[in-house]
Amino acid sequence: MVGQRAAEGRKGGRTGMRLVGGTALAHDDAVRLDGVSIAFTLKGGKRYVAVENIDLGVMPGEFVAVVGPTGSGKSTLLNAAAGLLKPASGTVTVFSSALSGLNARAGYLFQADALMPWKTALDNVAVALEPQRVPRPDALARAREWLGRVGLKAFVDRYPHMLSGGQRKRVALAQMLIRDPEILLMDEPFGPLDAQTRQIMGNLLLDLWAANRKAVMFVTHDLEEAIALSDRVVVLSAGPAARIVGEFKVDLPRPRDISEIRLEPQFHALYKEIWSCLRVEVSRAYADAPA
Amino acid sequence: MNRPMNRLGLLALQILVGLVGLAIWHVLTVYPVLGAPKQIQFFFSTPVDVLKRTWTEMSNPEIWGHLWITLQETVLAFVTGALGGIAFGFLFARNALLAAVFDPYIKAANALPRVVLAPIFALWFGLGIWSKVALGFTLVFFIVFFNVYQGVREVSPVVLNNARMLGMSERGLLRHVYWPSALTWMFSSLHTAVGFALVGAVVGEYLGSSAGLGYKIHEAESVFDVTGVFAGMLILTVFVIVIDTVVTLIENRLLVWRPQAGGQS
Repeated sequence: MVGQRAAEGRKGGRTGMRLVGGTALAHDDAVRLDGVSIAFTLKGGKRYVAVENIDLGVMPGEFVAVVGPTGSGKSTLLNAAAGLLKPASGTVTVFSSALSGLNARAGYLFQADALMPWKTALDNVAVALEPQRVPRPDALARAREWLGRVGLKAFVDRYPHMLSGGQRKRVALAQMLIRDPEILLMDEPFGPLDAQTRQIMGNLLLDLWAANRKAVMFVTHDLEEAIALSDRVVVLSAGPAARIVGEFKVDLPRPRDISEIRLEPQFHALYKEIWSCLRVEVSRAYADAPA
Repeated sequence: MNRPMNRLGLLALQILVGLVGLAIWHVLTVYPVLGAPKQIQFFFSTPVDVLKRTWTEMSNPEIWGHLWITLQETVLAFVTGALGGIAFGFLFARNALLAAVFDPYIKAANALPRVVLAPIFALWFGLGIWSKVALGFTLVFFIVFFNVYQGVREVSPVVLNNARMLGMSERGLLRHVYWPSALTWMFSSLHTAVGFALVGAVVGEYLGSSAGLGYKIHEAESVFDVTGVFAGMLILTVFVIVIDTVVTLIENRLLVWRPQAGGQS
């Protein structure tokens, strides 16, 4: 399927390629948005269209990064895939069935701190198994194991406020992954972290993902991060009524090391190509921004 | 005053302020500065007399009976008021229609100075402890009610969405998200609520009773025994400090997850 897309959309780029518009063969996508538009009613009754007519699918095992300027509705798109937002028009399909209510097959990693501050790291992770009626001792044992896997063995009894920003993200990652969701939705999860921590977290994410490949929809405004992590980069236009303006395949070899892959010439070529598409939108976003 | 002071120095200054205050009181009431000491003492007593009286009161087992009554009233008013406030706070926060319908009545009831209810409660519940518990209840209820209501309404939407995405049912959300959040808000008002429970008890006793600290003070006042009034106030103050310390201990125990006692309200 990827090959087909490549053939369809080749524009002569050496390493990347550009696809505009929809993609063929929708039925085996893990999560798929078809003609999705999302609008909000602002105070005063005005209607604000965040994203318009979006076609985007993520296959099982595929890592898709969505980039776009601020206010381009990246998170809105993710929320539609999660079922947290209902699209004004268009459909959301999860493994070939239309989504109604929350997307139970997806895990969501939020940008802001989403841990329950009144629970320890261990309880925060273990509680994620409660809806699946896992007995508490089992849940605790598995939570311990997951916290070990994200490198927090020594911090299981800490409350979120006693952890650093990066450590809190690790707990959130364990909390999401312990349920073994088939789709991972991530909304600039490493946005609030410092540069080094972001790279460490990115590598951790790639390691965990490589061990058990899920469909990933990863929203970020950081193009380097998007390329380093993903199989495909989708570029959104500046809002309002953001559309997809470009899709680029990232065929850098895996496993990757985020801090080293940035030095590869292939990476630079891709970056240049995608940036030329994104730059237009970023400058438009700044030009249109009120005051 | 941004310079950090060592603890001992600070403590010394604090004690000094108290001693200077007592010294001024002593000098003005014992020596003929403002007039005849006998006359002045009728209105202001003297620190030595007050301390002496407090000591004799405290060594008399009778006072412990009064303290016990006031403590019972305070605890009962707090417990019933808090339970009522939690129940209604939850109910109203989760049911927008109910909240909207009852909103004006809640506001009106809260606007009423509760002290005027004391005679009515005395009539309804008699001069025993229950009329004081009722008065304390009306004070505590609204504080806890508003805090729990706020706490449930203002749960962080990110935490809530995250819990939803983890697949939690409405019951799970109630247990793991709404309830702890409401409790946080309630505990942040714990000192105020306990303080008001005590106000209800003492004011109720003061206005009509036959036992308790408020009664003791009122009794002394009605025979112009200023020394007795001050001694009662001193005992009451110590009593409040003890209760407040206990509340702080409970709070620290229950809110271990909170960053460094940040929420001083």
